[in-house]
Amino acid sequence: MDKMPRWADVFLIPLISLLLAAGLSALVILAIGENPWAALKMMVSGALGSTYGWGYTLYYTTNFIFTGLAVSVAYHARMFNIGGEGQAMLGGLGVALACLYLPLPHWLIALPVAAAAAAIFGAAWALIPGYLQAKRGSHIVITTIMFNFIAAALLNYILVNLLRPQGSMDPATAKFPEATHLPTLHDLLAPLGIAFSKAAPANVTFLVGLLACFVVWLLLWRTKLGYEIRAFGHSEPAAVYAGINPVRITVIAMLISGGLAGLMAINNVMGEAERLVMNAVEGAGFIGIAVALMGRNHPAGVLIAALLFGFLYQGGAELALWTSIPRELIVVIQALVILFTGALDDMVRMPVERLFTRRKGEA
Amino acid sequence: MDFLTIIQILDSTVRLATPLLLACLAGLYSERAGVFDIGLEGKMLAAAFMSAAVAYVSGSVWLGLLAGVGASLALSVIHGLASITFRGNQLISAVAINFLAAGLTVLIAQSWFQQGGRTPSLIGGARFEPITLPFADSLAGVPFIGPIYSDLISGHSALVYIALAMVPLTWWILYRTRFGLRLRAVGENPAAVDTAGVSVTGLRYAAVAICGVLCGLAGAYLATGLQAGFVKDMTAGRGYIALAALIFAKWRPWYALGATLLFGLLQAVALRYQNIDLGGVVIPVQFMDALPYILTVIILAGFVGKAIPPRAGGEPYVKER
Repeated sequence: MDKMPRWADVFLIPLISLLLAAGLSALVILAIGENPWAALKMMVSGALGSTYGWGYTLYYTTNFIFTGLAVSVAYHARMFNIGGEGQAMLGGLGVALACLYLPLPHWLIALPVAAAAAAIFGAAWALIPGYLQAKRGSHIVITTIMFNFIAAALLNYILVNLLRPQGSMDPATAKFPEATHLPTLHDLLAPLGIAFSKAAPANVTFLVGLLACFVVWLLLWRTKLGYEIRAFGHSEPAAVYAGINPVRITVIAMLISGGLAGLMAINNVMGEAERLVMNAVEGAGFIGIAVALMGRNHPAGVLIAALLFGFLYQGGAELALWTSIPRELIVVIQALVILFTGALDDMVRMPVERLFTRRKGEA
Repeated sequence: MDFLTIIQILDSTVRLATPLLLACLAGLYSERAGVFDIGLEGKMLAAAFMSAAVAYVSGSVWLGLLAGVGASLALSVIHGLASITFRGNQLISAVAINFLAAGLTVLIAQSWFQQGGRTPSLIGGARFEPITLPFADSLAGVPFIGPIYSDLISGHSALVYIALAMVPLTWWILYRTRFGLRLRAVGENPAAVDTAGVSVTGLRYAAVAICGVLCGLAGAYLATGLQAGFVKDMTAGRGYIALAALIFAKWRPWYALGATLLFGLLQAVALRYQNIDLGGVVIPVQFMDALPYILTVIILAGFVGKAIPPRAGGEPYVKER
């Protein structure tokens, strides 16, 4: 069968989609009376021009690595997990409970314990939708959407009625103890003699994120379980014929996915806010969808896409600060990326494919 | 709780249920034709903004309504292109549309009105005024029936009555017309419809367009009827509650009325009471907020009567060659 080369599929198609999204975004900026070129320059200098900018860019990147991986793992089992938002919220609850109520003497101990709590809480929130999909055929997309809203209500209740310190008006937990504070990139790089902004929130979780990318790659392409997940995603009947238990794979894939989304909380809750606040996730769960689509559901791709969105996020914040372009511009870009890389994939793919097959025909 | 309070709560139920009902019926057309639509939220939001913006500038709520429907239809066309013509993933397309609406509305609102992503407040003819039904004032004094007629049934804006009229109309279209039969068939077995010589693409585009119009009405009602102007993210998850209601109603029009009234009632009660004390057991307001979603998950799980979606839902139709 005639197929286009792999590099075109992996790099060219996402690149064209990205350029389409960027072009349309530029038109949007023009339409609201701003200069897109100046906006781009400001985004680059704001997000990448200083270690402060990098610190924020990498902080957002870390969030998106986890939520992007979460969507990818579920996608390989042919499930669309839009519940990353809720799972990350619950992960935050796990982190908060661990940091507030467990005796954790040092961050080296606090990090794995809190990470485990985050993953368990996130996975637990994905368990019910996963189980219902596997056992009762309830559509995972609808149940995970519903679970996002249930998570928001639950967290609202817990923060307002249970975890809020006495006398505080803010629906948030108390500050986590000093010993659980994670070192920032400034703290980590200072002993090496590298100066890094002290004010930026990027922290050791970034390294955990890189590790997570590697582990997910190992899991999906180097283990039996990963093989089963991918086989199940390619063809359920074939997987069942090969003796793979569909209920088991569905539930396990959702548990891993939810756990990864939950892990995001060690970055934003433990690393940055150092307490659990309402709406701590700030839509990162949804950006995971764009990141996974853009990164073609491969951990390396997710990493690159997460970096891109980290840049967009920090750059967009700078734009909102210095120009009259609101932060919502990033939401528009994000929407266009999802539209072109996800839904209109065929529109981009078909002409490119035709180009390659025609060239082969001539040769 | 006295009689008057109940009337007030029911009155607010009708108001809050109206956008849900319109959006729910919108989803019903689309999903019955086999096109999943989790983008109701985005379409409502776009319509809410455009209707408020145009109503403010022109001073006419009807022009606003038209613009709102137009905005919603434009997003429907994108969804149709992605999911029907280019056979993309309908869920992903709708997610993109929701974000597109969330971002663009604020971006444009800020650029047009410079009020932090909202439109100025609407006054006078830029809003839907309540309609007083005949004899409402003269009957108001009659015990029991009087308040029900004059406060609960009368005194809503035009879109409320249009929404209610859409329920029997939808039922009639779906179950008593040729178009409705074909629409339902294309959601169950598009190949059969195609074999009969009817265009699957055409039917699906028609359904998606109807969905756009109804979402437009829902959004316009939010910004020009229920409230006076557009504010950022004003749909606040209503599109998803409508989706939940659609599943709760098992994709049927009369049940959709019941489900949206139930969810409207939950919203009305949550709005009026912070916490409900039921003989010592206090139900927190957050539980009321989450109840529509919890009920939907239970229904989806099939523990209380299984909800079976249209069989061809979510799958692009590939004509055999």
